[in-house]
Amino acid sequence: MLQTFQETISRLVTLDRDVLVIAWLSLRVSLTAVGIGLGIGIPVGALLAVAMFPGRSVLVGLLNAFMGLPPVIVGLVLYLVLSRSGPLGSLGLLFTPGAMVAAQAVLATPLVAALTRQVVADAEAHLGEQLRSLGLSAPRRALALIHDTRFSLVTTALAAFGRAISEIGAVLVVGGNIDGHTRTMTTAISLETQKGDLSLALALGLVLIGLVILINALAATLRAHAARAYG
Amino acid sequence: MPAIELSDLALARNGTTILDGLSAGISAAGITALIGPNGAGKSATLRVIDGLLAPDAGSVRIVAAGPVRRAFVFQRPALLRASALANVALALTPLGLSRTERTRRAHAALARVGLGDRASAPATRLSGGEQQRLTLARAWAVEPDLLLADEPTANLDPGATELVEGLIAEIARQGTKVVLVSHNLGQVTRLAADVVVLARGRAVEQGPTRTLLTSPRAPETRAYITGELPWTSFAAAS
Ligand SMILES: Nc1ncnc2c1ncn2[C@@H]1O[C@H](COP(=O)(O)OP(=O)(O)OP(=O)(O)O)[C@@H](O)[C@H]1O
Ligand SMILES: [Mg+2]
Repeated sequence: MLQTFQETISRLVTLDRDVLVIAWLSLRVSLTAVGIGLGIGIPVGALLAVAMFPGRSVLVGLLNAFMGLPPVIVGLVLYLVLSRSGPLGSLGLLFTPGAMVAAQAVLATPLVAALTRQVVADAEAHLGEQLRSLGLSAPRRALALIHDTRFSLVTTALAAFGRAISEIGAVLVVGGNIDGHTRTMTTAISLETQKGDLSLALALGLVLIGLVILINALAATLRAHAARAYG
Repeated sequence: MPAIELSDLALARNGTTILDGLSAGISAAGITALIGPNGAGKSATLRVIDGLLAPDAGSVRIVAAGPVRRAFVFQRPALLRASALANVALALTPLGLSRTERTRRAHAALARVGLGDRASAPATRLSGGEQQRLTLARAWAVEPDLLLADEPTANLDPGATELVEGLIAEIARQGTKVVLVSHNLGQVTRLAADVVVLARGRAVEQGPTRTLLTSPRAPETRAYITGELPWTSFAAAS
């Protein structure tokens, strides 16, 4: 036990190559996926909050349900789509970081859209009448309210990042946990624990927690700073 | 200038009757005041005129030669978390102006309400009175044909009230029809040529300001002017 601890610490202080490669890949995959999720989810969520059209409440209900999509199911469906005989098999994405980005983006997008819709709908209750009275189109109203709620949307981005970086089911199924290629922090922790290499698993676990805390702290600072300026 | 004909407006929300067969004619010229006790339906009437609320029955007819550009100053200022200037400029985006023209007009509107030096201040950080002036600047900037102003001086100090009254009078002189909701009867006398009195979702009386305020005919008008509380008069009636 003590030995495992010493090894863990030494891996961390010597910036162990295995740890670095895995952490860097995880970060790249999850940040890209969250970027895609924000790019799609924020406009979709905001439009759902401001536009009135038949079937809207059904769509919102679906979105809220998709927020809790089990990662392993997303992985499975994407696996079928990306496998050689699947509709997108020709892309050759299966067992690449690209497939993992796609899987995490599928997880992040509905989460971002649903949370954005909620945040923007709250702002709409206060400002919607004024914006409609100005004669602004639905996309313009959505844009104005995204701008208005930008500090709250930082929290949405964090939630999406937290979901992406910590999930294991989707990246495991579509990535395959290939050493040096598609091994992420979560899949590595799971594998190394099973193999009994607890020091690598623990070191990765600490890096994962550290990263999540760091990104949250950065976002909180940004948010506080911006909110001080704009209330 | 547009004239407005309200006929038999009925509006209920969540089981509450808000407008109850309201009919009134609002002349095309100058400033018309809507007065009446709290909850009479004044704000609701402005919303129906602006098209923000669809009445359950009855109709609004805005009679004008061409399309009517409307602006609404709400009872509670609704401002985006952005600079004062950006809030005014946003109102100008549907007009198809260039960005420079929008900025120029927004600056001019801010200067007009005495907020020229607060252009870059966050709108939500302005004082209540400054926010109210900002919403008026936003309405003025679009050069509306019809201005719906809901208690635009309710939170203002005497100096700012005078400034806003001057601005509203000027807007009307330049050819904008103004419908003004106010509880300040001095202000109504100073600004409005005619008055519509609302009570319990109906128009109970309308006429030229001085005549109506000096010799009111409807008991609701009399009660309102003398400051009798509507709920005590309800209690007495029932
Ligand atoms: N969405 C709603 N649901 C239920 N009741 C409503 C709603 N909106 C307004 N009302 C009611 O309609 C009545 C008229 O409201 P309105 O805001 O038009 O009054 P007002 O004449 O502007 O009063 P004040 O002088 O206090 O501003 C009020 O009794 C209010 O409670
Ligand atoms: Mg009102």
